[in-house]
Amino acid sequence: MPDLLLELFSEEIPAHMQAQAAKDLERLTVGMLTDRGFLFEGIKAFGGPRRLTLAITGLPAEQKDVREELKGPKVDAPQAALDGFLKKTGLTKDQLKVEKTPKGDVYMAVIERKGRVTPLVLAEIIPEVMAKFPWPKSMRWLPGNSVRWVRPLHSILATFDGEVVPFEFAGIKSGNATRGHRFLSSGIIEVRRFEDYEAALKKAHVVLDASERAEIISHDLKQKAFALGLEPIEDAGLLAEVSGLAEWPTVLIGTIQDQFMDVPAEILQTSMRTHQKYFSLRDPKTGKMANRFALVANMLTKDGGKEIVAGNERVLRARLSDAKFFWDEDRKHSLESRVEKLKGIVFHAKLGTQFDRVERIEKLAGEIAAKIGADVEKAKRAARLAKADLTTGVVGEFPELQGVIGGYYARHDKEGTDVANAVRDHYRPAGPGDAVPNTPVSIVVALADKLDALTAFFGTGEKPTGSGDPFALRRAALGIIRILLENKLRFPLKVSDELLTFFADRLKVALKEKGIRHDLIDAVFSLGHETDLVRLVARVKALQAFLKSDDGANLLAGYKRAANILKAEEKKDNKTFTREVLESHLSEPAEKALFAALAKARGAIIPALEKEDFAAAMQQMASLRVPVDAFFEGVKVNADDKQVRENRLNLLASLRATLHQVADFSRIEG
Amino acid sequence: MAKARTFQDLILTLQNYWAGHGCLILQPYDNEMGAGTFHPATTLRALGPRPWNAAFVQPSRRPSDGRYGENPNRLQHYYQYQVILKPAPANVQELYLGSIRAIGLDPDLHDIRFVEDDWESPTLGAAGLGWEVWCDGMEITQFTYFQQVGGIECDLVCAEITYGLERLAMYVQNVEFVYDLAFNDEFRYGEVFHQNEQEFSAYNFERADTEILFQHFKDAEKQCRELLTGKKLALPAYDQCIKASHAFNLLDARGVISVTERAAYIGRVRALAQACCEAWLASPMGAYTPRFA
Repeated sequence: MPDLLLELFSEEIPAHMQAQAAKDLERLTVGMLTDRGFLFEGIKAFGGPRRLTLAITGLPAEQKDVREELKGPKVDAPQAALDGFLKKTGLTKDQLKVEKTPKGDVYMAVIERKGRVTPLVLAEIIPEVMAKFPWPKSMRWLPGNSVRWVRPLHSILATFDGEVVPFEFAGIKSGNATRGHRFLSSGIIEVRRFEDYEAALKKAHVVLDASERAEIISHDLKQKAFALGLEPIEDAGLLAEVSGLAEWPTVLIGTIQDQFMDVPAEILQTSMRTHQKYFSLRDPKTGKMANRFALVANMLTKDGGKEIVAGNERVLRARLSDAKFFWDEDRKHSLESRVEKLKGIVFHAKLGTQFDRVERIEKLAGEIAAKIGADVEKAKRAARLAKADLTTGVVGEFPELQGVIGGYYARHDKEGTDVANAVRDHYRPAGPGDAVPNTPVSIVVALADKLDALTAFFGTGEKPTGSGDPFALRRAALGIIRILLENKLRFPLKVSDELLTFFADRLKVALKEKGIRHDLIDAVFSLGHETDLVRLVARVKALQAFLKSDDGANLLAGYKRAANILKAEEKKDNKTFTREVLESHLSEPAEKALFAALAKARGAIIPALEKEDFAAAMQQMASLRVPVDAFFEGVKVNADDKQVRENRLNLLASLRATLHQVADFSRIEG
Repeated sequence: MAKARTFQDLILTLQNYWAGHGCLILQPYDNEMGAGTFHPATTLRALGPRPWNAAFVQPSRRPSDGRYGENPNRLQHYYQYQVILKPAPANVQELYLGSIRAIGLDPDLHDIRFVEDDWESPTLGAAGLGWEVWCDGMEITQFTYFQQVGGIECDLVCAEITYGLERLAMYVQNVEFVYDLAFNDEFRYGEVFHQNEQEFSAYNFERADTEILFQHFKDAEKQCRELLTGKKLALPAYDQCIKASHAFNLLDARGVISVTERAAYIGRVRALAQACCEAWLASPMGAYTPRFA
């Protein structure tokens, strides 16, 4: 069956839009084809610096005939409803059929459309796809024409079965021609099918497929670094970006001047990455950054890239001079002296300046340090200096280096390792892949920073919503959770109920990946008195293990049965059963046995919980399984004698209460 | 193509190149401004239905970029070369690359790239889509398709090409310190402008009287508003708008405008720019009048 080839050739498309644009082109075209009854065998879409390409294989030469039945209004409906239906279907009244339905007679429209030849359909839908193309940002460029594209469009190549699909968009007639690389090829390339197209482009120095471009870059990077005894520092984001900036990617290696090598590696790397899109290289043995960088050019030159490398080295020297200037200038003023300047930086309109924020964090850090046994003075000192790097030139230039830079400057100011590390690490963990601080002072300041943000923003009502979390509060809560759990830190979260619920939700997300059930977290959280996450997680884990055992599963079933009976009877009697069980009213052996088992278990569960010996608490619960099962087997709860019945219900209520000491079993699913 | 050896060669080459491509060669505007975009030949002429092709050098003042003559490439006063092509011709990228060849940068030996950089001027209420043009990793030109100026959609989309002349010259001359540029065969750039940078940095950061500047801002704003009432004088009013903008830039460099005030000041300048643009469009040159009517 025939194939479609479509290429939309424009001026340079922003690198970060290319992949999505290729997907959108595919999605929209497929949607329109399916709506018109087309099936096809295969589809591929490509996005690159100057072109979007779509190749569909196995597309039928003709559209199937379409027969559509549309149900209209009832025959006795008002005239307006009928008029609307006629307008929608384009039929006249006498073309409608009447169909009997259980609800009465309704009009039916039968629309039959003869299938058309595919190129005609394509000529109709491609301009429509282009007209509604969802570029994140697009522009007008034609006089007297409001048509938009990401940048001016220059040509459209559209062939079906090797022949041009004729249509027009933005004043451009579709054809069978394209162009190669801007500088490494010249003239027009004519093609008929995808196979010639891809090959012809390669000859004209264009690699069509972004993933192939990325592979070439990645491979050449490794090769060229290896030849120097080095390896590239992986950077997937940068790789994707540079793959969108070159049709013919060429990796070249340049040298960083020695005078910059005592500037911290983070600054060099960030400067090279953000401003110049260079990859950094390192020595695989020491992990130390090397005085080389890799750039990806879109060019092959007869001097083997000599001028290009020389030019890039020159630009880098100017860039790094700037960075080094800031680095040298910044260190002329201590972090301490910068704290005052934070009064001039607004943190948030409702929450005051960065200085106000520091005051809060400092106080909080002192309290946390005292509680967890960290050095109070060091923690307060680090908290005081933590935000001072916001006033430095380096952070002004590279905001993503906040913290890291403060750490360097604290060390330079001889603040001591604990304080410097705490300043450096207080924003961490930066994401799920980032490690958490693990030394006492760093832990304290990282906690204080995040807790302050959470309480402050929750206090002003700036809570995250389903769609937005502008102050990254979810990340802050998750950070606290990870710091506490990974350091096994016993630190009760004294926060509002609302915030505690927020933590509980984050905790569920965090533990879900570790295979811990969210309903069990709910079951323990809803007891209401647990603010120590480490203890909570230990209890949940023990509970989960218990429920996996036979005893646990059976006991849960017994609990559910008891709870259901209680619910029904409590509703009937319009009261809850909370009375003491009267031993004197027990007659059946099974209820006597359960009574005894409950008394014993209750006596043991509480001390076990207090000792945080959750395994022992679960063991006590396990001991209830046999008596519970026996009770339901041998005892009729709803006895005829009113007193016996009430006593038995109180016994079940006592079972419920006993289990609720461990968790709210009613929240447990299954 | 021989390289433009000196700074002034570079300017002359660009002047000849763009004159040869049908541009009016205008002279710098005689008001202090932050960028060539403020020149009425750009801001105002970008609006309305009349075609317009012009090129000119514009001294650009960015008070807070002053470095007392000590930074290798940062200046509070520098030259932009500005080309405005309205409507943007279909081959405008090729025309631009022709100018790069003309000054002696051979695209076959270098790595020239168009890297996304959308442009926005909050003070002018202007925005466009485009790129910064990289030559071997250095930004040598800003290339923008205007979409909006003074908050008004452009009837004819124009291409604005802005060359940073000092940077470009440093690249062509292979010089690392701007003051080492050969201005002509006799003078270095530093001999012409170094003292200028030192003195103006001191003025911008230390000496400029902020009270006077606040008053300048208010006066310019007031005068601008007055010129736009009754019989409107779009061009003199726009002059006042430029003056207000520069006073604001100086105040900003002096560090006397807080973050919140900053947005408010920018909004005030934008309101003036918008009003001027509207007045321009209602004026004989701004409104549509067929050329040979």
